[in-house]
Amino acid sequence: MYTNKDYKSNLTVKWCPGCGDHAVLASLHKSLADIGVAPKDIVVVSGIGCSSRLTYYMNTYGFHSIHGRGAVIASGVKAANPRLSVWQATGDGDCLAIGGNHFIHSVRRNIDINVLLFNNRIYGLTKGQYSPTSPKGFVSKSSPFGTVEKAFEPAAITMGAGGTFFARMLDVDFEAARVVLPAAHSHKGASVVECLVNCVIFNNGTHSAISSKEARAEHTIFLEHGKPMIFGADKDKGLVLDGLDLKVVKIGENGVKESDILVHDAKNPDYTLQLKLAKMRFPDMPVAMGVIRDVEEDHYDELLERQIADVQAKSRIKCFDDLIGTLEQWDM
Amino acid sequence: MNENKMEKLDSVVIRFSGDSGDGMQLTGTLFSSLSAILGNEIATFPDYPAEIRAPQGTVSGVSGFQVNVGSGINTPGDHADVLVVMNPAALQVNKNILKPLGVVIYDADAFGKKDLEKAGFTTDNPFVELGFKDTVQIIPVPLTSLTVKSLEGFGMDMKSMTRSKNMFALGLICWLFNRELDKAQHFLANKFAKKPDLLKANAKVLEDGFNYGHNLHLNISTFTVAKSDQLEKGKYTIISGNKATAFGLIAAAEKSGLQLFLGSYPITPATDILHELAARRDLGVKTFQAEDEIGGICTALGASYAGSLAATSTSGPGLALKSEALGLAVIAELPLVLIDVMRGGPSTGLPTKTEQTDLLQALYGRNGESPLVVMAASSPDDCFYYAYMASKIALENLTPVILLTDAFIGNGASLWKLPKLSDMPEIKPHYAPESLKDNFNGLSRDEQTKIRYWAIPSTEGFEHRVGGLERNYNTGVISTEGANHAKMVATRALKVQNIAKQLPLLEVEGDASADTLVIGWGSTRGHLQSAVAELNKRGKRTAHLHFNYINPLPSNAEELIRRYKKVIVCELNSGQFAGYLRSKIHGVDFLQVNKIEGQPFSIEELVEHIEKL
Repeated sequence: MYTNKDYKSNLTVKWCPGCGDHAVLASLHKSLADIGVAPKDIVVVSGIGCSSRLTYYMNTYGFHSIHGRGAVIASGVKAANPRLSVWQATGDGDCLAIGGNHFIHSVRRNIDINVLLFNNRIYGLTKGQYSPTSPKGFVSKSSPFGTVEKAFEPAAITMGAGGTFFARMLDVDFEAARVVLPAAHSHKGASVVECLVNCVIFNNGTHSAISSKEARAEHTIFLEHGKPMIFGADKDKGLVLDGLDLKVVKIGENGVKESDILVHDAKNPDYTLQLKLAKMRFPDMPVAMGVIRDVEEDHYDELLERQIADVQAKSRIKCFDDLIGTLEQWDM
Repeated sequence: MNENKMEKLDSVVIRFSGDSGDGMQLTGTLFSSLSAILGNEIATFPDYPAEIRAPQGTVSGVSGFQVNVGSGINTPGDHADVLVVMNPAALQVNKNILKPLGVVIYDADAFGKKDLEKAGFTTDNPFVELGFKDTVQIIPVPLTSLTVKSLEGFGMDMKSMTRSKNMFALGLICWLFNRELDKAQHFLANKFAKKPDLLKANAKVLEDGFNYGHNLHLNISTFTVAKSDQLEKGKYTIISGNKATAFGLIAAAEKSGLQLFLGSYPITPATDILHELAARRDLGVKTFQAEDEIGGICTALGASYAGSLAATSTSGPGLALKSEALGLAVIAELPLVLIDVMRGGPSTGLPTKTEQTDLLQALYGRNGESPLVVMAASSPDDCFYYAYMASKIALENLTPVILLTDAFIGNGASLWKLPKLSDMPEIKPHYAPESLKDNFNGLSRDEQTKIRYWAIPSTEGFEHRVGGLERNYNTGVISTEGANHAKMVATRALKVQNIAKQLPLLEVEGDASADTLVIGWGSTRGHLQSAVAELNKRGKRTAHLHFNYINPLPSNAEELIRRYKKVIVCELNSGQFAGYLRSKIHGVDFLQVNKIEGQPFSIEELVEHIEKL
């Protein structure tokens, strides 16, 4: 059996002290040990950005590629050898700006890669420009008067692109990570895990309203398939449907019973409710954490292998010389 | 047959031309196959517009297919002996193609007043208007109405019936060249195997076309064309360059014991490589049609890292998009074959026309100093060999290789002597030796050759990271240290330069002891061979040196070139190879013959320009 040390490379980690990426890296080491997949069978692929350096801190196979292209490098690795466990480390800029096209298409293909999307809503490595997930009006070096663009919602893009798995976790929530990361690994198909991470230097506190231990209990809800949607330090709040909208209720107030609370169904192919959950925003609603969507569907790498097997079973062309033999040919 | 009027020819050039929906490519392909089966060499040149169906009857929609059949064929020919035109626009486009003693066969039903106007004619006699010499034989045949008549009782609508008129034309040409129809019927049967009704209709029209010529004793000579006397004995087929390229990759994968992976994005004129390989699931080929060109090369790079023979196919604009990822392949030192089927540029340029203008992009079109292997195929059939060799070089040296072909040889076809896999050279991928287990840093290399070792994921004890950041030569750890960077830059350059030792030596063709040397590269080989032969025939002694390996240059290139007093570099660009040679070989006055018209050289113009220099 493996321990987290087996997945740790001997390089010094060079992220800023206090950066949220440290925590996700530690969680990944721990979760891989929990899962028990051998380091030799793991390939970690990344693009460019702070979080993409993660590849170097893994004692596995790894490919630190170019900006935005991690998804396609990872897809190539997985399509070529589906027996590998393939992880992609990517940031909000790498994944959703320069790599947006590859992201939606790898999700659409449902290729079996695990995408760790480090969302700190800022470009860190280029020293503080707004990203596609920065909120409208965000002031940064490249938007000194505030941005005039809307932010992307990773969950909405994932589900809109036909995604079969979406989960969310906070960098500092190690317990949640040990549920979410193994679930992403188990899911066959593209698993998108939005990791809400803090950038201490350029966007400090971007998730602070929900990330401290106290705030977490009251301002987030950890969703688990088949369990009622209850949250709060005293486990006394829950979610119900009010018409087509979600509403926070207090158990025991206005005659609300625990049995009135919605039960999370991550396996429902219809993502309507899952998307509503994923789109909940503080302060009106708790922010949804955990595995929000986890639906079984055919996945690219397996379909490709199956198609090859099917064609091979029927074809009389077994090798190059056979192929040449099928050509129209004559003696000269 | 009207044998009394039969002429014997060494070779003959036929050009079929019509609307892009008239089936000219099929007609030409069938005639080429038929000729090859009867023992002729062939060289074909499909010349088609970018539009799938441009406005009918206009010059922008004209699609042509030219084939040269006979013996001693190097090119599809400069000028046509026989021109078949389905409408006035096709005549307009091809007004300069016909030889003085040529034959034009045209669809008399399609030469009405409006048709002529649409094609820009202002009189009712386009032949006079174009100034055709009276030595040209002009044969009107009402192709459309004869086809409709031929299909009476088939229960087809008018549109479907008239679409078969290309078969009537083909039947007529078969008669003209004494081609037995049974062979043609056999090809048709293959083509329409899944559409028995269409097969019946086309077969009937084809036969009626043949009989029309035979029965009416059209007042023209028929021809027999010389069988080839230059070919090695053996089994042959006809193959296009793109198909041959795909086959070369397949052969290399099997020989090296690897899975073949193609990451690609559709682009004219390269897409047939993707088509061919997508059809080869039976051989375990994985094709990945990515969301864009970058995805094409990056999936291939990922597959390469995972241990496949990885390739990506594209044309000029796609190469531009792939350049950053190519740089990644250079610094990560991964094997990768990139095939660029060149077309006219810049930008979207002339998507269906041929050019050799991506050479400098292939050599230098990346940030930083990023040397890689650049090579070029020179005929449709040798695309097989060079795709195979590109794979071999990539796998044995852990380097990206760019193979340049172009629209002319990619879509053109020639005879191909069928190879056996056992005849092909061994391919030994540069795997990491077992001795490096637990001591492999991803940058470990053979100190003699400078070639990095390849360790494949899932191999225990070889876990490592590769990437786009510069790394320490000894430890493989990322590093921005100046002296180390200089060493890495030099190492990557030396690794590629060392490949020259693996390349075959160049051989001079033509009159090797002449004072004048004509240099070419890639797809101009056939034209240059013919031009040099013609020059020598005229007493202008000329040698010919042709390059398939461009970076690195074969090791005897400089020595050979320095033997000649006059050196002329001929290429389909403004002088890219000439400039490259100047940068490598100093003190030689490289003269140039260039053409950038989206068309191959003609032998005639080559002879003329070379003679002048």
